[in-house]
Amino acid sequence: MFATDVPQLGQSFFTAASMMIAIPSGVQIFCWIATLWGGKPRLQVPLLFVLGFFFIFVLGGLTGVMLAAVPFNLQVHDTFFVVAHFHYVLIGGAVFPLLGALYYWVPKMTGRMLSARLGHWNFWLFFIGFNLTFFPMHQLGLRGMPRRVYTYPLQMGWGPLNLLASLGAGIIALSVLVFLANVLWSWRHGLIAGDNPWQAGTLECATSSPPAGYNFLYLPTVSGREPLWEEGVNQPVVIGLRHDIPEVLVTRVLDAVPDHRTKMPDASIWPFITAVAITGLFIGSIFTPWAVPIGAGPVAVGLLGWLWPTQRDHQQQLILEERP
Amino acid sequence: MNGRPGLDVSQLPAYAIGPRGLLWWGTLGMVAIEGTMFAIFIVAYFYLRSSAIEWPPNLPPPDLWYGTLNTLILLASTLPNQWVLKAAERQDSRAVRLGLLLCLVFGLAFSTLRAFEFPALNCSWDSNAYGSAVWTLLGFHTLHLVTDVLDTAVLTIVMFTRRIEGRRFSDVSENSVYWYFVVGAWIPVYSVIYLAPRLI
Repeated sequence: MFATDVPQLGQSFFTAASMMIAIPSGVQIFCWIATLWGGKPRLQVPLLFVLGFFFIFVLGGLTGVMLAAVPFNLQVHDTFFVVAHFHYVLIGGAVFPLLGALYYWVPKMTGRMLSARLGHWNFWLFFIGFNLTFFPMHQLGLRGMPRRVYTYPLQMGWGPLNLLASLGAGIIALSVLVFLANVLWSWRHGLIAGDNPWQAGTLECATSSPPAGYNFLYLPTVSGREPLWEEGVNQPVVIGLRHDIPEVLVTRVLDAVPDHRTKMPDASIWPFITAVAITGLFIGSIFTPWAVPIGAGPVAVGLLGWLWPTQRDHQQQLILEERP
Repeated sequence: MNGRPGLDVSQLPAYAIGPRGLLWWGTLGMVAIEGTMFAIFIVAYFYLRSSAIEWPPNLPPPDLWYGTLNTLILLASTLPNQWVLKAAERQDSRAVRLGLLLCLVFGLAFSTLRAFEFPALNCSWDSNAYGSAVWTLLGFHTLHLVTDVLDTAVLTIVMFTRRIEGRRFSDVSENSVYWYFVVGAWIPVYSVIYLAPRLI
């Protein structure tokens, strides 16, 4: 950013804006710590990945604050330091939590637990491999190695650190293989997960694993954040919604008090027709501007067909409105 | 879960008007997205301008006449719009029918005059970057305009030909909220297209 011809004022703005990212991120990190502090953490595979994510993401955030400063940024512009920074942010911020979430929710999806032993292998290989790959890149960047190059002269002396990075990449690959093997193996041979494999308090743990297509036979009521801890799995359900007309309950936004019922749309071919018409319009517009006014016709027809209330929808709505 | 009844919702109303309903939030989300689009197009206009020596490049600025007349019509249209909004909240079908007809007349008048605004830009979309910027701005606003007029037309026909469902009042009210967005977006768009080349 700073190496482009942005005026001084723009540079100050981007410095301030980039530094300010640290504020919400910092709040976030303290929220995570407070959450763990207030609970009873169980050091199983999902939490391992979450802790790994804290560690890596915080390091990525620190280099982010460094990069917000103009002189430092100019110095390491387009070097491996930047590559190291954003991998710490992205892999730390996205891939570690993603893997943790998979360990947590795959049992809900398949009905079988992932192996904890393989999970530990998966985590430690990934954590070590990641740091081995990307930590030396900070140093490489400070020593001037540009990014987006596939080779460099031997005399630059970047060889040993790059070798380390390549080794780390191999370890990451191995870790991903362990994960895939874990998923495949557990699919058939994993421990049966049960409805609530982690003794969690949230609602998704009240249905079977895997859940039925309709999720819940009856809409459950909740009286707090952790309904399964507060009321067990037999919390009372909502009645009075019709089964023959697609009707859902709408609550108030802030306090979730039941407010009204609303009818959901029926199945309709018109959204598909509209989508095809819009696609035709845009593809046509590559070849001639006339595709825009001409193509607008079918799009309008599609939208009108979509908006136009069907007789069935009309009758059903009248039935719903007569009831109270 | 054993299906022990805990909450009977069968007596709740089957629709809601305004911020209680889903439609209001849908409209709000749409306005947020499309408002951002207008802001992006306006920034694009000034960004292109910042690197141009002459603006508009080798072209006369857009003629003021149609755009200004249209702005007056649009501002006047907020009167029937507000009236129909209030009528929908009261669930007064007679007033809503009449109000929708009035809104439709304003919408059609505005759309017709809009057809004359494009030639009054004095450039084509492919003349240069300036042409692309103003055509995109005006075209994007026209898209919203036409969408809302179509929506108003469908609602008017439905309100006159069918037994009135209560949820239609919510449709009418959200249609009016959307029209306010069309009016609100036009004021900066008008200023950029017609006034910015003359005043700034």
